[in-house]
Amino acid sequence: MADDKSVEAKVKTEEEKGRLRSGLKEGIEAVKGLYDSYAVTAKHLFRKPITEQYPEDKRKLPARSRARIILTRDPEGQERCVACYLCSGVCPVSCISMQSAEREDGRRYAQWFRINFSRCIFCGLCEEACPTLAIQLTSDFEICRRDLLELVYEKEDLLTDHGGKNETYDFYRHAGVSVKGDKGEHIGERPPVNVKTNLP
Amino acid sequence: MWLFGLLVLLIKIAAILAVVFGTAAYLILLERKLLGRLQIRLGPNRVGFGGILQPIADGMKVLLKEDLIPADADRTIFKFAPAVVASGALLILAVIPLGRPLTVRGYEIPLIITDLNVGLLYVFALSSMSVYGMALGAWASNSKYSLIGGIRGAAQMISYELSLGLSLVPVALMAGSLNLTEIVEAQANYPFILAQPVAFLIFLISAMAEAKRLPFDLPEAENELIGGFHTEYSGMRFALFFVGEYVNMVVIGALVAVFFLGGWHGPWLPGPVWLFLKAMIVPVFMIWTRATLPRLRYDQLMQFGWKILLPVALLNILITGGILVWING
Repeated sequence: MADDKSVEAKVKTEEEKGRLRSGLKEGIEAVKGLYDSYAVTAKHLFRKPITEQYPEDKRKLPARSRARIILTRDPEGQERCVACYLCSGVCPVSCISMQSAEREDGRRYAQWFRINFSRCIFCGLCEEACPTLAIQLTSDFEICRRDLLELVYEKEDLLTDHGGKNETYDFYRHAGVSVKGDKGEHIGERPPVNVKTNLP
Repeated sequence: MWLFGLLVLLIKIAAILAVVFGTAAYLILLERKLLGRLQIRLGPNRVGFGGILQPIADGMKVLLKEDLIPADADRTIFKFAPAVVASGALLILAVIPLGRPLTVRGYEIPLIITDLNVGLLYVFALSSMSVYGMALGAWASNSKYSLIGGIRGAAQMISYELSLGLSLVPVALMAGSLNLTEIVEAQANYPFILAQPVAFLIFLISAMAEAKRLPFDLPEAENELIGGFHTEYSGMRFALFFVGEYVNMVVIGALVAVFFLGGWHGPWLPGPVWLFLKAMIVPVFMIWTRATLPRLRYDQLMQFGWKILLPVALLNILITGGILVWING
């Protein structure tokens, strides 16, 4: 019995020693942790700040960054927009509205075309939906105004005199009212097949 | 004759207030710039040359803001609380000795507002006062966030007040006086930080908890409690809390300088300049700490205060007392 007790006591002192040792280790680790973190911040003090001071140095934007929307013209200088309503239909925030009309030669155009940039989220879905490459997003993002109504752009604000991302594309060379040539004479069109030649 | 004394006193008070408020204002700018550089940013640099007028712009902004009082707030206490915090910090300055007495045309002008013989007790009394301002302001706001912040602050400051007080007992023992001027005089040969590094560390940590600075800023804890005890404050009342915090930093810097770094003692430069330079060490260290350490959890904070700082402070008193008795016989 006495031996058991002394063994127990020994085990206990061993345990206490172990606890003390681990406590000391923890303490040293804590001090080292503190020292390391102060050293890291002190090192940062002498690094060059990574701040880009915006109005002075403007970063070059990625080529496909999306911002202010424009309406482009085809190579002949005519409005590309045919007022099909696809862009206003796909717009998730319903910021595009227009009224379609038809010219005397049957070509459609937008009587008025309005984009509310205070709502626009620059998602680019309108550009994807457009069949005539008329509506396009530019990388000009600096369009904030003090008055919200100044952010409502009308057709004359949106129209440009160039073709945007594709200067050569002309929808009416592929389809539409002003298609003039005969069958098989348009861009990317094969001559019509005489079905009768297929007869046995 | 008493009129002359009063005039001198008023001039001294005005000079100290001007210096301290100026320092506090530019400490805010220093904090923002230094913190920016520590985080590889630039910090404010738009108002004036390199942002030098930023504190003035901030002050004007805060003065022109609307002073909102929540609908169900306790209006009297709500209005009163920021003043308690700010004045508590300012009043401590009255007992901080700035230098040796000046002699102008035979008159001796002591460079201290009031040379209290129990200056140390006065410092403790006033540093506990700011707890009231904070807790009362938090309670009077009638807001959950404020109340939680106030309760945290009260609990934290009560626990750290103890080790703050105990850490200065060895200093008083070594100086043999509670008078701050005599404590500084006792450090003529060497600053007490060399003899009492443990007391210095305890005082520094507790003072950071008192000043509600990171890693002990649980009463404010922006990302949990919005603004903690000053959530509902705006305009000039908020500014009082804010400036009070920075004045408090300056005061703690000055106290550390007086108790541990030898006060006005130093070669070449005049005493007040030395005191000012020494008083700036701790605020800069606090800013550095803010950029380095994350906020403690509440239970860690309490555990650290009660289970580590307090026993170590008591042990330090025991050892210092024993050594002093042994030396002095």
